[in-house]
Amino acid sequence: MQIIQPHYHAIARTAQDYEKMAMSGVVAVAEPAFWAGYDRRHPETFIDYFVQITEFEPTRAAQYGIRHFSWVAVNPKEAENEELTNEVLSQMPEFLDKPTCLGVGETGLHKSTKKEIASLQAHVELAMKHDQLVLIHTPHLSDKAHGTQVTLDVLKEMNVDPEKVWIDHAEEQTIESILDAGYWAGMTLYPITKCSPRRAVDILEKYGSERLLVNSSADWGPSDPFTLQECVLEFRSRGHGLQEAIEIFHNNPCRFLGQNPKFDIKPIKVSTEEE
Amino acid sequence: MQTPKQILDTYYLETRCMLLETAAVLDRYDRAAESQGQAESEAKREVLLKALNELANSDRREDRAKTLLELFTEIPT
Repeated sequence: MQIIQPHYHAIARTAQDYEKMAMSGVVAVAEPAFWAGYDRRHPETFIDYFVQITEFEPTRAAQYGIRHFSWVAVNPKEAENEELTNEVLSQMPEFLDKPTCLGVGETGLHKSTKKEIASLQAHVELAMKHDQLVLIHTPHLSDKAHGTQVTLDVLKEMNVDPEKVWIDHAEEQTIESILDAGYWAGMTLYPITKCSPRRAVDILEKYGSERLLVNSSADWGPSDPFTLQECVLEFRSRGHGLQEAIEIFHNNPCRFLGQNPKFDIKPIKVSTEEE
Repeated sequence: MQTPKQILDTYYLETRCMLLETAAVLDRYDRAAESQGQAESEAKREVLLKALNELANSDRREDRAKTLLELFTEIPT
C-alpha cells in the first residue's frame, strides 16, 4: 500500500530508514524545520539547515525512490530569542520559493509564552502574505490542552483560511476543538509520549477521516518512523478496507499538501482490471 | 536500588502511556458495545476494572503485581 509520511525529520534519521520506508510503501515524506536539541544562536545556522532540508535531503530520499518535501520555520522552543527569530523570518521567503518547500512550519507553541505567541503570529502572517500552507506544533504532555486552545485563539484573530492550516500532535482532548474550528488535525504517533497507533485508529473511528493526517514525526529522540505502518496495520486489522486506508494514509496528505502545487502526488483509487 | 524519585522520573511517562492505552481499550469497548451490544461475557472487562480498582485503592506495599496476577487467573487464557 502506498503511504505518505507527512511529518518526518529526515536529517535525524538514517539511510536505512529511507530504505525500509521505501520497502514498506512510503512514496513521499515532508520534513518540517525542527529543534536541534539545543537552542541555535545564529540565524546563519538556520539558513544552512534550511539549505540542507530544501536542497540536500531531497537527493538523499531520491536514492530510495521517495519524494522529499520540506517546511521552514523557527521552532517554538527557540522563539524566546526575538532577534534571531526576526532575522530568520526575514530570510524565509527565499526558501518558500524552493521547488520542494511546501510552507511555513513547524511553528507553534511550546510553553505558550508571550514571545512564542508573537513568533507564531509572525510566522502565520508571513505564510498568509506569501499564500503558504502552515504547519503548527502543539505542546506536549501537560501543556497540550492549554497550548492548543491558545493556538486556536491566536488563529481566530488572524483571518486565516482554516483549510490551509494543519495543527499537529492532536490527541483525544484536543482533536475536537481543532476539527470544529475547521483546521486540519494531525496525530503524531510516538512510542511513549504522544498518540499511539491504536489510539489514533480509535480517533479515526470516532471522528472519521476528513481533515485528519497521521504521521510519525520521527526525529532524533525516542521515536520510530514505522509507528505509521503499525497504525495502518491496526486500522486494517479492525476490518477497514484498503481504499479507506489509502484515503487516510495517502490521499489525505495529498489533499492537504496538494493545496501547494509543488506537491504533485495525486490521490489514488484502487480498482480491479474489470472496473 | 533506585531512589523513589528516580523511579518516578524514570517510569512516569511509560506508565502514563500504559494507562492511556488501558483507558483507550475501555473506551473502545464502550463504543463497540453501544453500537453492537455488549459481549456475551464481560468477565474480561470486569477483571480489568477490578485490577484498576485494586491499584487505585490498595494500601498494600510491594505486592500489587502479585495481587493482579491472582486476579487475572479468573480468566482462562
